[in-house]
Amino acid sequence: MSSVAEKPNWFSRLANPGQFLIWSRLVNRPLAVVTGLVFVAGLYYALLHSPADYQMGETVRIMYIHVPNAWLSQFVYGVMVVSALGSLVWRHPMADVSMKAAAPLGAVFTGLALYTGSLWGRPTWGTFWEWDGRMTSTLVLFFIYLGLIALWRAFDDQLRAGRIVAVFTLIGAINIPIVKFSVDWWHTLHQPASVFTPEGPHMPMSILMPLLIMTLAFTLLFTSLQLLSMQVEVRRRRLATMEKRRAYAAGTPN
Amino acid sequence: MKGFAAVIRRDLTLAFRGGGDIMTLLLFFVMVGAIVPFAVGPDKALLSRLAPGIVWIAAFLSLLLGLDRLFRNDHEDGSLALFRQAELPLAGLVAAKVIAHWLLAALPLIVASPVLAVLLAMDAPTWLRVVLSLVIGTPGLAALGAMGAAVTVSLPRGGLLAPVLITPLALPLLIFGTGSIDAMAGNSALLLLAAVSLVLVAVAPFMAALALAVSED
Amino acid sequence: MPAPDRLPQRQIDVTDLACRRGERLLFSNLGFSLAPGRALLVRGPNGTGKTTLIRTLAGLIAPDAGSIAIAGRSEEERPGTDMHLLAHASGVKGRLTVEENLAFWRAVNGGSGDAGEALDIVGLRGIADLEAGHLSAGQTRRLALARLIVAPRPIWLLDEPTAALDAEGDALVGRLIDSHLAQGGLCIAATHLPLALADTDRIATLTLGGAA
Repeated sequence: MSSVAEKPNWFSRLANPGQFLIWSRLVNRPLAVVTGLVFVAGLYYALLHSPADYQMGETVRIMYIHVPNAWLSQFVYGVMVVSALGSLVWRHPMADVSMKAAAPLGAVFTGLALYTGSLWGRPTWGTFWEWDGRMTSTLVLFFIYLGLIALWRAFDDQLRAGRIVAVFTLIGAINIPIVKFSVDWWHTLHQPASVFTPEGPHMPMSILMPLLIMTLAFTLLFTSLQLLSMQVEVRRRRLATMEKRRAYAAGTPN
Repeated sequence: MKGFAAVIRRDLTLAFRGGGDIMTLLLFFVMVGAIVPFAVGPDKALLSRLAPGIVWIAAFLSLLLGLDRLFRNDHEDGSLALFRQAELPLAGLVAAKVIAHWLLAALPLIVASPVLAVLLAMDAPTWLRVVLSLVIGTPGLAALGAMGAAVTVSLPRGGLLAPVLITPLALPLLIFGTGSIDAMAGNSALLLLAAVSLVLVAVAPFMAALALAVSED
Repeated sequence: MPAPDRLPQRQIDVTDLACRRGERLLFSNLGFSLAPGRALLVRGPNGTGKTTLIRTLAGLIAPDAGSIAIAGRSEEERPGTDMHLLAHASGVKGRLTVEENLAFWRAVNGGSGDAGEALDIVGLRGIADLEAGHLSAGQTRRLALARLIVAPRPIWLLDEPTAALDAEGDALVGRLIDSHLAQGGLCIAATHLPLALADTDRIATLTLGGAA
């Protein structure tokens, strides 16, 4: 008995991403418009319709940029965790594209959170940095993002990289709550008060509403950037595949 | 069980016949601690205040050094692929290797810690608390290190990347480890340290095994 | 030769298997069945996916399409514990002695065979206490073969089993496979060299790379 395997006919595994490119490109422009509008509304309320802080004056308005970015730094990690599960558990082809696109965005938003937090705190602290609980946790998250990006870049085979990065993303997800808890513990051990005490459960509407609108605006911004980034990544992989095919066709097998 | 013990025995045997790795690790540990006075001045009061933190940092850095050896060798000579067919599940294998790694890297450091205690003007009760915190915390560090090593095993220069990946995640161990030496919050910190160490030790075999399995692909 | 007890029965059915390496699709629509006591030789030039096929059967790589069904396993049995993989990389540690290496794999694989006897069969008994780092490539390959003997398992997946071996080594491999098949085992061997097997009735051939 003898059986023969078919001669490989060339196909790329990226069948699904083709559909993604089609529908996501339709969404790009409307999403950008909506994002812009929400930003305009948010900034209007933040700059013109909300009260200045009695202690910090006008500089408190940086909070309307800082808080959404801090929220995004965690939200984006959540997106990466879901993508990681999608990659490992369901082996969805777009899952690791999503994960790869989110990482630099997460790093940028976390960096912005650190930067705006530093600007916000300076008038009160007198320095550009204080080791308080929330800023420190954000700094650690920033390091984790950068580490993930470094891990992506260390691989030649991006498809295999996706699965390994997914595992590490999950390892990070397990550890991040522990890190946050320990940083807060550490902070209360070494220093009494924090700058960023929340307004309390009775945050007035005049502050809460702009905050929520700006958070929505930034989340929409992330979404549109994420889609764009994923489209670029899909195209980049297609290009790499075509180049490899060309190289293989030019040389003789073996 | 037989396979589990065999893995530990093999790693220990290879290390002892290997030629001086443990010595190098110990030397690095002591030297990291010993150079601190040169950087901050030999004032005894300052040194003894910093001492527990310095010992922990030195231990942490030394453990990071030895990480790459954990899986790379087995990956390169094909042993990892063969382990997938073993009676012992891959997670069991990782657990055995973490234990061997702790015995080879962390235990010597703990034994050598009196040297640093003397150099850094640490008094005996403080040193005892440091030893206790190391005994409880270093298994967690070893477990975390195993996860980092497993994730980077297929990378040629992964040895540089694993410490970068692990350090942010090791902060709780560092915080509670040094925190447990402080007189006031010490006992709660020790318990928290044990909890974190336990969680890491429990999780690491499975996550590392997953990373290793994916790396063989 | 080890006592000819029957090995646990296994049957392998592969349907529609497709695998890629990097971006390249190596093969697709690959199918075969293997019953106890039979061997499959996988032939083809280098680069056509022989090693990938072996590794996929061993469970190291997930296929892109198709299925591998292995009948005869019990519920509690972990997949992979009824297989032996003989790959290019030998898994031999240079600083352990020959017998230490074998004893390690015997313990890890749950083997019940006699280690000394296994070394005898592969011709390494005389240097059992020698550090494995001093072995030649052929001797290392023989040590790897001893690993298969010392822990009897029904499925053998061999990737270029005769590489680095001389004529006598080739004969050894042939004898081992014959004996394995006689005990009801299965063998899938990827090789572009001839294998010295006795009973050619039991052998099927699969050729990769598109030759018709």
